[in-house]
Amino acid sequence: MPKLQRPRIGVVTYPGSQDDRDALWALTALGAHAVPVWHEEQELPGLDAVVLPGGFSYGDYLRCGAIARFSPATAAVCDFAAAGGLVLGTCNGFQILCEAGLLPGALVRNESLRFVCRDVWLRVERNDLPFTSRCAAGQNLLIPIKHGDGRYLAPPDLDPSQVVLRYLHNPNGSVDGIAGVCNEAGNVMGLMPHPEHAVDPLLGSDHGGLLIASLVDAARSRALAAA
Amino acid sequence: MKVTVLVRPKGGILDPQGEAVGSALAHLGFDVKDARVGKVIDLELESADAAAAKAEVERMCERLLANPLIESYEVEVHG
Repeated sequence: MPKLQRPRIGVVTYPGSQDDRDALWALTALGAHAVPVWHEEQELPGLDAVVLPGGFSYGDYLRCGAIARFSPATAAVCDFAAAGGLVLGTCNGFQILCEAGLLPGALVRNESLRFVCRDVWLRVERNDLPFTSRCAAGQNLLIPIKHGDGRYLAPPDLDPSQVVLRYLHNPNGSVDGIAGVCNEAGNVMGLMPHPEHAVDPLLGSDHGGLLIASLVDAARSRALAAA
Repeated sequence: MKVTVLVRPKGGILDPQGEAVGSALAHLGFDVKDARVGKVIDLELESADAAAAKAEVERMCERLLANPLIESYEVEVHG
C-alpha cells in the first residue's frame, strides 16, 4: 500500500504497558503506519489517530490509570482529543481515558474479585462512529478480555447513546453490561476488551479487526482531507 | 506535619472486597453486619501550618488520591 494511504496512528507506551506491540502490529496489519509514542513525549508526532494500549501503566498503583493520566504523553493526547483527534483506549487505555476525564465513568475491581481472561461476545450498539463503521449495528463480536478491574461504573448522567459495546454475558459486573463507551463528540472511545488480540482467525477471532480497521479508515480519510 | 488520608468506596457502590472480608469474618464466627474496604495514605509534609497542610492535602485528594465518582476521602492532620 502506498505510504500516503497509510494513516499515521500512534500507540503510547507507558511504563508497564503490555499490549503496545500487539496494537502496533494490528494497526500495521490493517493498513496503518503505526508509530510508537513514548510516555515522556510532550507532543504527538503528527498523528491521524492515537491508541492507548492495555497493560498496567505505572503498576496500576493507587487506581488503574490514575498515575498515567498525568504523564506528558497523556496531556498531549488530551489536547489532541480536544481538537477533535481520534483516540481509542483498550483495557488499561480505557481506564486512563476515564481517569483523565476524556470518557465518563470509572473502572473498578471485578464483581467476582477474579482476574478474567477469556473470549467474550459483545454487541455493537452503534456503528456510526469512527471506531465501529465496519460493523453492523447489533452485530456480535468475539473479542478477548483480560482484566481484574473492568467493572464499569457509569456516572448518573451518562447519555445512553454513549454506550458503544455491551457484553452479551456480563463477565465483571459492569453496570448495564457496558463494555465500551465514547465521549459526547464521538471522537474518543474506550473498551475493556482487546480488539488488537483478535485480528487474525488463527488466534481465535478476527472480529477485533473490524474495530481497528474502522479506526484506520477514519484516520485515513482525515489524513487525505488534510493533505 | 503528618497527615493521614482515608479513601473509602462511596456508599451505594458495590464493594466486593468488603463483602469478601465481611463473609470471611462471619466464617470465623464474628458478628459482622457489613464491611467496606478502603485505603490509608500517610503523608509527611514540610508545612508546619495545620490548616495549610489540610488544604494542600485536600487538593491532592481532588487531583490524584481519590476519584470523586467512586470514592470519598477524609483528611486527618496529626501535627
